Amino acid sequence: MYKEIRLAGSGGQGLITAGVILAEAAIAGGHEAVQTQSYGPEARGGASRADVIISDEAILYPKARKFDIFLALTQEAYDKFRGDLAPGGLLIIDSDLVDPAGDRGAKAVPITAAVKKNFGERMPPNVMALGVIHGMMPLVAERKLLDTVKNRVPQKSVDKNVKAFKMGIKMGKAFVDQPAAPSNDADL
Amino acid sequence: MKKKNGQLLQGNEAVVEGALYAGCSFYAGYPITPSTEIAEVLSVKLPERGGTFIQMEDEIASIGACLGASLAGAKSMTATSGPGFSLMQELIGYGVISEIPMVLVNVMRFGPSTGLPTSPSQGDVMQARWGTHGDHPIIVLTADSVPETFEMTVKAFNFSEKYRIPVILLLDEVVGHMREKITIPAEGEVKVVDRLKPEMPPEWYAPYADTNTGVPPMAAFGDGYRHHVTGLVHDAQGFPTAKPEEVVSGMDRLFSKISRGFSEVCITEELYCDDAKTIILSYGAAARSARDAVETMRADGEKVGLIKLKTLWPFPKAALEKYEKSVENIIVAEMNRGQIYREVWRVARGRWQVGKALAPYGNMLTPDMILDVARKVTK
Repeated sequence: MYKEIRLAGSGGQGLITAGVILAEAAIAGGHEAVQTQSYGPEARGGASRADVIISDEAILYPKARKFDIFLALTQEAYDKFRGDLAPGGLLIIDSDLVDPAGDRGAKAVPITAAVKKNFGERMPPNVMALGVIHGMMPLVAERKLLDTVKNRVPQKSVDKNVKAFKMGIKMGKAFVDQPAAPSNDADL
Repeated sequence: MKKKNGQLLQGNEAVVEGALYAGCSFYAGYPITPSTEIAEVLSVKLPERGGTFIQMEDEIASIGACLGASLAGAKSMTATSGPGFSLMQELIGYGVISEIPMVLVNVMRFGPSTGLPTSPSQGDVMQARWGTHGDHPIIVLTADSVPETFEMTVKAFNFSEKYRIPVILLLDEVVGHMREKITIPAEGEVKVVDRLKPEMPPEWYAPYADTNTGVPPMAAFGDGYRHHVTGLVHDAQGFPTAKPEEVVSGMDRLFSKISRGFSEVCITEELYCDDAKTIILSYGAAARSARDAVETMRADGEKVGLIKLKTLWPFPKAALEKYEKSVENIIVAEMNRGQIYREVWRVARGRWQVGKALAPYGNMLTPDMILDVARKVTK
């Protein structure tokens, strides 16, 4: 297995934590994983990104170059960090916040709206986004992901995050079962 | 938290784990990205173990506090980045001439000055060698991964204790902030060196006397061995001297205690060098891209090898000279305008063609950038 994942959004959405959870779960599952992030003044509030590479062999160059999964939760992050998808790569966007401008086969999921509706304004969308990704393209065993989520989120919000994760998986799976566009879904 | 498959840690966190493993009990620093996590984590972990963490008013005070703590017997460390490293330069020289062990971590960012906060760069290589004034020896180590950062942090402490000298661990933003898998060795699995203490009666103790290794034993303040510490050139007792014969022997010992240890201190790793016509030489984050490029070219049947530097200073020239006859080209891959390139060119003395693959503008050097240069050479 060799997968490159880029999670892009705005500072405060918890996407770096999501990247850390994904990498940590991959390691717990016996894979190699590397996580990097964009670091600059813009990382505070502006567009930010976390890259994760999961592999069964040593990972040399640590930044994502051709994404197997590119997730964008804001327009600014989408515009700034959108790069090439790998063949069969998955483009996931927040349906309310990102206009993919004709990007064929984008999976538009109302992640932010679903988080707000079910868990309130203060809940970050990161863990549900991980669920959505897992629903569409499982990279690591679900139990490892769930255990890592429980370890990494604040103690008092574990239950909410577990619910958000599971809800995300359902939303992701629904997209695979009923593809929005007939693109590369056969690969999934 | 021990885990069967290892754990996910940041490079900066691996510095912390390495420092604690080596017995660091004192940290003084002033936070600066991309080194801040080192201070952040140690501010929790050192007090938990009975050690001391102090946030100082600036970087000059930080290195001063570390030197003082080391004189009192503690293994001490500070961490900073470019602007803070510039401020620390004067006291590095004080540590060298007074022979005080300590570890200084510089997680490099793009400069000069505030530069590009805080894009990756390897622009402080020459500053680490010559930033403090005057002729002086120095040991500068580096690392290209999270596990190697742990390993080289322990080595930095070991060398500083063994040779009584400040050791600089020169990391870069990519390695400092990257998270990857590491399995921390169990206690006793990796060698930890402690400074030699005097055993003679206090009245016989000469803190700067020559010994068979060139490194005199070091008494901690409070051990009962009264001695004088100064940045002035001093005699074996530690008192200022300008007598030519004492200046010469004292300064010669300062250099020779390190040069006698070259074979231990100069650490490199090699890959596919035996039949290589072209060697890519790299270090730190750039070495990851260099290895990627070498693997790609080997898969294409090109006779290309890799030399990765884990020690930058003293420059490990013996690792290159082994290939005096067999190698035709050396390409230096680094994230600056050619600081180690010039050193390799100097060492080459015409024996090899020396080329460079550089990323001088605050970006990480990519495998493609190295391949572009290397393929032109091997064609």
